[in-house]
Amino acid sequence: MQKTLKKYFPVFLLPTLAAFLISFVIPFIMGVWLSFTEFKVVNDSKWVGLANYIRIFTEDKTFINSLRLTVKFTVVSVITINILAFLLALLLTRGLKGTNAFRTVFFMPNLIGGIVLGHIWSLIINGVLGFFGVDITYDPNYGFWGLVILMNWQLIGYMMIIYIAGLQNIPDQLSEAAAIDGASPLQTLFHITIPMVMPSVTICTFLTLTNSFKLFDQNLALNGKSADTSLLALDIYKTFYDHTGLKLAQWHGMGQAKAVIFFLLVAVIAFIQLRATRQKEVEQ
Amino acid sequence: MKSKSSFREALTYIFLFILALAFLAPIAIIIMNSVKGNFYISQSPFSIPNYETFVGAENFIKGFKQSDFMKSFFNSAFITFFSVAGIVLMTSMTAWFIVRVKNKLTKLLYYLFVFSMIVPFQMVMYTMTYYAFELNLNNRIGIIFIYLGFGAGLSVFMFSGFIKSIPTEIEEAATIDGCSPVKTFFLIVFPILKPTAITVAILNAMWIWNDYLLPYLVLGSGEGKTLPVAVQMALTGGYGNKDMGALMAMLVLAILPIIIFYLFCQKYIIRGVAAGAVKG
Repeated sequence: MQKTLKKYFPVFLLPTLAAFLISFVIPFIMGVWLSFTEFKVVNDSKWVGLANYIRIFTEDKTFINSLRLTVKFTVVSVITINILAFLLALLLTRGLKGTNAFRTVFFMPNLIGGIVLGHIWSLIINGVLGFFGVDITYDPNYGFWGLVILMNWQLIGYMMIIYIAGLQNIPDQLSEAAAIDGASPLQTLFHITIPMVMPSVTICTFLTLTNSFKLFDQNLALNGKSADTSLLALDIYKTFYDHTGLKLAQWHGMGQAKAVIFFLLVAVIAFIQLRATRQKEVEQ
Repeated sequence: MKSKSSFREALTYIFLFILALAFLAPIAIIIMNSVKGNFYISQSPFSIPNYETFVGAENFIKGFKQSDFMKSFFNSAFITFFSVAGIVLMTSMTAWFIVRVKNKLTKLLYYLFVFSMIVPFQMVMYTMTYYAFELNLNNRIGIIFIYLGFGAGLSVFMFSGFIKSIPTEIEEAATIDGCSPVKTFFLIVFPILKPTAITVAILNAMWIWNDYLLPYLVLGSGEGKTLPVAVQMALTGGYGNKDMGALMAMLVLAILPIIIFYLFCQKYIIRGVAAGAVKG
């Protein structure tokens, strides 16, 4: 069968491959190359070696600031979202009636796009701050915590669904046996429930981690106007399309260099995560 | 004992109920404001509309006119529908080919598809936009081709995972009976793939319908703008006074189709998202 199927390569493989090469593979390779050049458009690049990489850490102040902010935002979001989602999942798997309706409500924000979400929360946060006569651009902390609240509102329901699936996979015998042996509910939680849902914890940590680290739409809609609350993705975007000062070619080179560093950071996170998951699989 | 546990149950319900209200509040506030006059939206965004502040459908009429709502809604629907259909069809075929034809090239391709999943969009944003314009893909048809390329990673990965678990005997029997690979795929393999196809379709539809940056860069904010781009333009662009009423109406109009769709297919959506997370 392999041989005949191989001949059908233009039907099965070619369309996807062509699209994949044009929209991802070639732009990716060109992107790496261009980070070592200055360019106005893609085909007029001039080799400058590591100059862009040096410049984003010396001349450009926004990159370090947004990197620090992104790490802080990611850590806070991952912790808050996962704890709250797990607690909600615990509440909703106790066999109460009508939990499906609650599940539907909590999951809903996840379907609304980042841009729309950002504007909804911009109205609410500015409305609250309006009582004190300020708005979200007044203090970078407002923008930061606004984004954390927004992210929680959007992702708690999603993570809750994954935790519920994990909790439902725990055999009833385990917790029954623990109860017979006289374990307190807290002991059961820490010695049985949490170890048993570790696979869900891994998935949820990974999803919240990458989603927070790569956040763009929500950031643009909620605090696109204030420079000091730009996370990495928005900072890269602004370096390309929204800048003053240096020459255009230098901005483009710097933007591409930032993007390469951004990509490497995401790759490192994914790699560590993959290894952690593998190790856990061995243990089980 | 019994009364204690039912007391706790009641407490849990009250807690969940308050939390559910808190989750719905942001949407309720937007809907409330969409029927209030401009002045009152910025003056008292949390007040319930009353006789004085209520303006009926006025904001919605303005919102429709100002933002080309119908046009951008149609653009979004068109692009999402055909991209998702294309992705499901093409990547399932590709995944079958990659899993069944085992050589160095297909192995390399598989790893490339998986690799593409972790690359953030900003990495290829500028160069991809350049090629999209060079190759005349900066239109509603062209962007479907681009979405096929970007959606390929996750979709091929998910289909491959499932295809690996299908025994080859049925397909071989079909080949011996004289079925061509195309016929074998559509008559035998694709029907088996249906649950995965639904998951892939839901994940891609949610992504493409809500996507902002890619359509903004490739299609711009003119004729071909999608719904998220129209919303962003209306709420940040423009000079002078913003028409808050029309903007609130736009937000409501943007959310409404998703919520209606969700209420009808929530079973599939929640199941699909959970399945997608476990596999991804």
